[in-house]
Amino acid sequence: MRSQGPPLCSFGVLASRAARPRRQRYDIHFHDKKILLLEAGPKKVLEKLSETYSNRVSSISPGSATLLSSFGAWDHICNMRYRAFRRMQVWDACSEALIMFDKDNLDDMGYIVENDVVMHALTKQLEAVSDRVTVLYRSKAIRYTWPCPFPMTDSSPWVHITLGDGSTFQTKLLIGADGHNSGVRQAAGIQNVSWNYDQSAVVATLYLSEATENNVAWQRFLPSGPIALLPLSDTLSSLVWSTSHEHAAQLVSMDEEKFVDAVNSAFWSDADHTDFIDTAGAMLQYAVGLLKPTKVSARQLPPSVARVDAKSRVLFPLGLGHAAEYVRPRVALIGDAAHRVHPLAGQGVNMGFGDISSLAHHLSTAAFNGKDLGSMSHLTGYETERQRHNTALLAATDLLKRLYSTSAAPLVLLRTWGLQATNAVSPLKEQIMAFASK
Amino acid sequence: MWGGGKLGSSVGWFLRVLGPGGRNTKAARPLISSAVYVKNQLSWMLQIKPGVFNEYRTMFKSYRTTFSCLNRIKSFRYPWARLYSTSQTTVDSGEVKTFLALAHKWWDEQGVYAPLHSMNDLRVPFIRDNLLKTIPNHQPGKPLFGMKILDVGCGGGLLTEPLGRLGASVIGIDPVDENIKTAQCHKSFDPVLDKRIEYRVCSLEEIVEETAETFDAVVASEVVEHVIDLETFLQCCCQVLKPSGSLFITTINKTQLSYALGIVFSEQIAGIVPKGTHTWEKFVSPETLESILESNGLSVQTVVGMLYNPFSGYWHWSENTSLNYAAHAVKSGVQEHPMSAEFAFKGETEELQANACTNPAVHEELRK
Repeated sequence: MRSQGPPLCSFGVLASRAARPRRQRYDIHFHDKKILLLEAGPKKVLEKLSETYSNRVSSISPGSATLLSSFGAWDHICNMRYRAFRRMQVWDACSEALIMFDKDNLDDMGYIVENDVVMHALTKQLEAVSDRVTVLYRSKAIRYTWPCPFPMTDSSPWVHITLGDGSTFQTKLLIGADGHNSGVRQAAGIQNVSWNYDQSAVVATLYLSEATENNVAWQRFLPSGPIALLPLSDTLSSLVWSTSHEHAAQLVSMDEEKFVDAVNSAFWSDADHTDFIDTAGAMLQYAVGLLKPTKVSARQLPPSVARVDAKSRVLFPLGLGHAAEYVRPRVALIGDAAHRVHPLAGQGVNMGFGDISSLAHHLSTAAFNGKDLGSMSHLTGYETERQRHNTALLAATDLLKRLYSTSAAPLVLLRTWGLQATNAVSPLKEQIMAFASK
Repeated sequence: MWGGGKLGSSVGWFLRVLGPGGRNTKAARPLISSAVYVKNQLSWMLQIKPGVFNEYRTMFKSYRTTFSCLNRIKSFRYPWARLYSTSQTTVDSGEVKTFLALAHKWWDEQGVYAPLHSMNDLRVPFIRDNLLKTIPNHQPGKPLFGMKILDVGCGGGLLTEPLGRLGASVIGIDPVDENIKTAQCHKSFDPVLDKRIEYRVCSLEEIVEETAETFDAVVASEVVEHVIDLETFLQCCCQVLKPSGSLFITTINKTQLSYALGIVFSEQIAGIVPKGTHTWEKFVSPETLESILESNGLSVQTVVGMLYNPFSGYWHWSENTSLNYAAHAVKSGVQEHPMSAEFAFKGETEELQANACTNPAVHEELRK
């Protein structure tokens, strides 16, 4: 990221992270590089952490936490608030099948952090490196001028950006981190494979009936979509309920009491069970018990919800997206600009952090080799590495979403047995956890 | 003598045919063609980027072609020569002509010089790491700060620029005027590089006098297989180096394999290298190189092979030096000492003689 005209792009959690140096100080190879961050929104100054929790939260994987701590942002988060969870239970509404993830010594599997907290931590760190990184708030790029693919002798080989206020910048590398409707991606003409799911996600902050240790993340697959309860504190949890558009609209507008009932029944009710599936499931469970008598994971029930935080119910549409190319000469896409995923696996922002880690690593090596930072040779290395990881995760998430969107018997049987089998095979579960924690 | 199509002879039109989306993927090199107006000629030439494997593929892919037939010109020679007038030169005028033809193509990373661009992944760390051994504390972000480097035969500045970015002050020289023009133009966009790099159109012999013992490192990458007189060339390299300075050479070995792969396959069959770029007779084996270097007071530290994978476009280090190889030699740092020792002795003996002491041992020293 560099040059007289710095390199950069747009807003959001990932953009501010991407602008950051890797280590507590800086990555030494970026020592004399200049970075410009364009943020469309206003500067958010958090004087005091609000009492009420925000309804938008993210599940931060250990890998992402390591990245954030590598330059000091995690310390700020720790000083504010976050919740670690040690176990995750995922089960089906149509059968007894469940899968329980936990680490052997009950280490933290992940952290639930409010998006606002993350943003504030990053903003604070940005101020600490303001000699290298310039942030322009309320700025929006209205035009991009790309360099000629065929090097012309008299045209500038850099990317030129014109902002809304008329100022222009030139840069060696433009990083697009502007979300799934990425302006950078559209301007660069990069094809985007995308479709909208027939689901919207409803988020809310819920008060639990009684205070508990609350270090388990719960997710149940209903035929209409997964419902998840993520711990925020001993008495609070965050809800993410992906369901059909109509049902989501109803949920957001109904009475608070009815809403709470709906949530509790979604987690507790066995209405979707059928005898056939129950019997089939029991058979496999018995067989597994014979082969592997030691581990018994009985289905646990999530804590019941007492009330919902007023005004915290919001819905947003869901979709899938994947850019055909993550890089072009002097352009790189990261985060949601490159890929958009269903929240059922809690991987969206972690994939973005992974992109940053990879891009920073490639750029650092390139800088130490004296390369032009916008050169395709190392950008394609970043693209290959991340596309491999991201397409696998995207495909798996999409498959899971489709598999669990039905209550047709054959598919339910398939997924019941599949889930039970996966739960029984510890190495497989460990692989899954390792892949998701990166 | 033109290699292929020669289009009209009127005012220029510039055509660019790109693959879909305008982006070059590594595997599919879109067809790029341009018309280049040759200043002293009133004819327009169509240059099409060589790339045999991909060309047919992209012909089918490209939907913006406006030509009905595409000629493939791999090499062509300019009839007018820019010869060097110095009689004692290591510059081969035939080579100059070859490179003149491709002077504008240097900075196209997917073009004819793609293998040289990707060779930077090997040669820049090679130079950087060997030079860092001599720097006790390097600056973060500018590891080669304070080093003066000479890049002989810099071409379009492909290797000069990375060295400049790493903080060194680099002088790039090349006998081909057009190359230096391209290099100057390219570095002018980056204000930092503009200050650190200086380009000159000249041969090494021309600057030997004024730059004797001024460089910490001399880089002659893909050059020694193009010079006429290797001995003189290496002597000059040695002369411009400071004592304990480093000389870095990358070149091609003279073996049957290098003929088969380096000339026949690369140039004539696959078009990885433009035809006529290399002459097998001028290839240098590491043994020859070593012996010339040693005889000039340079001690060879490393010789390591390099291997190019035409499918991936990447280079790799290799034990095998029968194709390409890189060498690092260090000029001995003791040249001053024998001189001063001699003077010291002379001084002493003069004193002794003045004292009319005819010690036979002193005569011994004098005779030395």
